[in-house]
Amino acid sequence: MTADPIVRMVNVEKWFGEFQALRNISLDVHKGEKIVLCGPSGSGKSTLIRCINQLEKIEQGKIRVNGIELTEGKQNVETIRQEVGMVFQQFNLFPHLTVLENCMLAPTKVRKASKADAAATAMRFLERVKIPEQAEKYPAQLSGGQQQRVAIARALCMSPKIMLFDEPTSALDPEMVNEVLDTMTDLAQEGMTMVVVTHEMGFARKVADRVIFMDRGEIVETADPETFFTSPQQERTKTFLGQVMH
Amino acid sequence: MFRTFGFEEFWFILLALRWTIALTAIAFAGGMVGGLVVALARTSALPMLRYPAVALIRVFQGTPLLMQLFLVFFGLNLFGFKIDPWFAAAAAFTLHASAFLGEIWRGCIEAVPRGQFEASWALGLGYKDRNVSVILPQAARIAVAPTVGFLVQLLKGTSLASIIGFIEITRAGQVVNNMTFQPMVVFSVVAAMYFALCWPLSLFAKRMERQFSKALAR
Repeated sequence: MTADPIVRMVNVEKWFGEFQALRNISLDVHKGEKIVLCGPSGSGKSTLIRCINQLEKIEQGKIRVNGIELTEGKQNVETIRQEVGMVFQQFNLFPHLTVLENCMLAPTKVRKASKADAAATAMRFLERVKIPEQAEKYPAQLSGGQQQRVAIARALCMSPKIMLFDEPTSALDPEMVNEVLDTMTDLAQEGMTMVVVTHEMGFARKVADRVIFMDRGEIVETADPETFFTSPQQERTKTFLGQVMH
Repeated sequence: MFRTFGFEEFWFILLALRWTIALTAIAFAGGMVGGLVVALARTSALPMLRYPAVALIRVFQGTPLLMQLFLVFFGLNLFGFKIDPWFAAAAAFTLHASAFLGEIWRGCIEAVPRGQFEASWALGLGYKDRNVSVILPQAARIAVAPTVGFLVQLLKGTSLASIIGFIEITRAGQVVNNMTFQPMVVFSVVAAMYFALCWPLSLFAKRMERQFSKALAR
């Protein structure tokens, strides 16, 4: 069973009313793998990763995460969510809690860790994202880049098997993009399994094992970064790359 | 054989003020508990919880408070309870407050940004932890001003309980008026007492509202 992928999506279909957001998506994510999803807006890339922890429900197909079937069973969904870390475009930190409390909440409530253990873990990860000195502050007192790094630390405190990033740098001022990308690169080098939706092609080239291009709800092309950026096969990929690479 | 309005008459009305306050306090306390249940049911993902909450809110929003009072008062009698203005008024106002606070708080829960729900789902927080630690504390901040605003309405609304014979300040005012025939004096005093209670509450609600909009602007 060790060769089982962490995420296996088979023939996944997703509609928003009349609009088909995902068409026949099949994707395996293996342990330690870093996947970058890119594509024009509305192509379904965010929807795809949001299906992995069922922030979106799928209409057809199968998703297995860490060997557990993501069916209608509420218990399975909550179990899976505990193993899947997620970082959002808008950070979504809890504004009424301090940075430290943000990081301690899920470990104490969900994993039943003691306050002391959770605090120690939280500080360890806050050091890893290089903002331990902000632990007692509230999210509104931090810059966007700092908030996003807290959000990464918060997700890591649950020791997830896989981390999902939904356009983590899109809401940031340009000068803060790099601090977040650096944090993600560090995380990748430590062996974390990651699926990243991003427009940062430099990050994709440097960090990804596979780059996936999506358009209109389909996976159009999958390749290693070298092949993807130098010799894309599909017309749609070429057009997209022509637009984003300058 | 008329009396003139003097200290004794004033004192009689002032003593009745405690029943106005007591009825308001009971209804508000009961309404906070009931309102939380209604608001949680109303925002639930389960239709079997949501629909009864919607129905309750619609009925109480769509009928006059006086009719609600009558229906509970006479309804209790129908079910074999002794007619007791105290019990009927407390029950009716509690139900009324539950429905209205439930609807007010539903709005506050829904005003918590969607991302807060998503972040708590993504962290695997269960229903109780999600509400207790993330959603309700944020909804509560939004809720303070409209809740105090409703408390003012409720306090003024208790004057209707005078119609079913519950002696609070409006009823006390009627009694005094029957003895003195000085309606302008008597009811001005009664109105002043309501005002003395409601005005500070309104000011408090206004201040909370300003504080909240400041907190949002930050």
